[in-house]
Amino acid sequence: MKMEVSCLGILQSIKMALKSIKSNKLRSVLTMLGIIIGVASVIVLVSIAQGSTKSVTSSINSLGTNLLTVNTYSTDIELSEDKISELGDLNGVEAISPVVSGRVNLKKDRTASQVSLTGTNAAYSDVRDTEVSQGRFITDLDVEYRQKVVVLGSETASTFFGTDNPVGQYIQVEGTSFKVVGVLASKGSSLGQSGDNVVIVPLSTGQRLVGSTVISTVYLQAKDENQMDFVMNEVKMKMADLYPGKSDDYGVTNQQDVMDTMSSVTDTMTMLLGGIASISLLVGGIGIMNIMLVSVSERTKEIGIRKAIGAKRRDILLQFLIESVVLSALGGLIGVLIGLGLGKIVSSLMSISISFSSTVILASFLFSLVVGVVFGMFPANKASKLNPIQALRYE
Amino acid sequence: MGTPMIEIKNMMKTYKLGGETVNALNNVSLEIEKGEFLAIIGPSGSGKSTLMNMLGCLDRPDQGTYKLDGKDIGKMDDNQLAAIRNQKIGFIFQNFNLLTKLTAVENVELPLLYAGVSTKERRERALDGLNKVGLKERAGHLPSQLSGGQQQRVAIARALASQPAILLADEPTGALDSKTSKEILQLMKELNEAGHTIILITHDLEIAKQAKRMVSIQDGELHENGGELLGHFAVH
Repeated sequence: MKMEVSCLGILQSIKMALKSIKSNKLRSVLTMLGIIIGVASVIVLVSIAQGSTKSVTSSINSLGTNLLTVNTYSTDIELSEDKISELGDLNGVEAISPVVSGRVNLKKDRTASQVSLTGTNAAYSDVRDTEVSQGRFITDLDVEYRQKVVVLGSETASTFFGTDNPVGQYIQVEGTSFKVVGVLASKGSSLGQSGDNVVIVPLSTGQRLVGSTVISTVYLQAKDENQMDFVMNEVKMKMADLYPGKSDDYGVTNQQDVMDTMSSVTDTMTMLLGGIASISLLVGGIGIMNIMLVSVSERTKEIGIRKAIGAKRRDILLQFLIESVVLSALGGLIGVLIGLGLGKIVSSLMSISISFSSTVILASFLFSLVVGVVFGMFPANKASKLNPIQALRYE
Repeated sequence: MGTPMIEIKNMMKTYKLGGETVNALNNVSLEIEKGEFLAIIGPSGSGKSTLMNMLGCLDRPDQGTYKLDGKDIGKMDDNQLAAIRNQKIGFIFQNFNLLTKLTAVENVELPLLYAGVSTKERRERALDGLNKVGLKERAGHLPSQLSGGQQQRVAIARALASQPAILLADEPTGALDSKTSKEILQLMKELNEAGHTIILITHDLEIAKQAKRMVSIQDGELHENGGELLGHFAVH
């Protein structure tokens, strides 16, 4: 005679669990609420954090990833033309662009405004990845002959010329008439600085306008963005060679440094938000445990009947465990959907860029499953240990 | 007939109740052959529930042996007992003990579910069982939609589902009116004639008389042939 009673199939148990969940809809929904809120908030918060990371990263990237910047902090070092050209002769450097900057007053008819001025050479256009939408950029001839020409940022152009084409027209820069030769394409703002409210003039002209020949910033373009470290070292060594013992007076940075700093900040933010949201998942788990305990004591009689009929400890344990896992999985699934929907709504209402990551969605869903197992274990174990005689007598 | 189907020797079971030790079963010995229709009669507190739990493999004796089909129940662990209950014993309870959220046919399927029978075969056998107790057309009803007699029929179908060696009925008519009681008893007689071994536990002499053999239990002691002991029970 066949004596070995095989264990209940998982599929059958899931069906049984769904039935029991369905027969107590309101309670199930309330139980799931904790998990739903937990999963949804993890997804929304982490997506917002990651979205802002992405937008910051892309705006930094748009400045050019193969860009190196040499800044001087003190007037002890004078970045003179010949020294700058020595830097430009380095192996890994493709182009070099010295910059003088300051703020100048612009005037055209009755419109006047102060904008930031950049005096530079022709290479700037490549080095800083700026393009002209109309006209042309500064040329080396302009620099050589101190031409009074100016390239306007897109916002500056629209401020002074509206919808007219400014190319070929004149504008007053610090009282001197300059010819507009080009208009930059819009770059958008990054880190709170508008890249469009600017004017660019030839380096030599710029030095006059600012009233200083000091070049405090030099932009260098590396030949290959995969060799940034190498080029960086080269530039640092050259600078050390040119200005021995003055390493505190200048700095060489690249975009990667900025990006690393930013990403460590946003990573911390992501962790923080994710952590806070995870706590609500945990609270949801405790809710599940609570309800499962109630359910076990409510169904003592049922457990007794099942045991009398031949259910083993394992069968009862699995039944309740699967019920709590199904409950939490269902909650997790609904939470994912709500999280996605809420994320979309938040991003469109508050115009925050949001970035859903499948890893986070999957992880928060799996976490909700784990919560179901962990917090279902205790009530399920309690149910499976019930004595069938006492359970049958229970009313 | 060789070895009997059930062989109980010198079974003892004591409980501690409020600091007092109660001999629920005192040196009970009982043999039941295959195909018997036995009634165990006794008033409440006589130890008949304890005896039923023993016979039904829900409990283990403190002393003595219980052999079912030659296998010693006292030496089995909980899982083995569950398997024995599933395969060899069909329970019929006073208050039916159907699962209220399951339909009639799902209730009958339950023992087969734990026996690991495939879905299709399970459904077939459950419907077949319901057919035998005359409730085929009620298969999809919930217990709450059935009368008491019908519920007990479903319970009997459930008890029979895994084709057990023994049907163990604990006051099967206790919650039914006299007309339905008769019907249920008639059904049990028919089952006995069809070869099922039936053990009927009751406090009601009239019902016990329907069985072919009667034992009585009083203060944990079992006496063969209740006929001599009728005087002990001033029941009804």
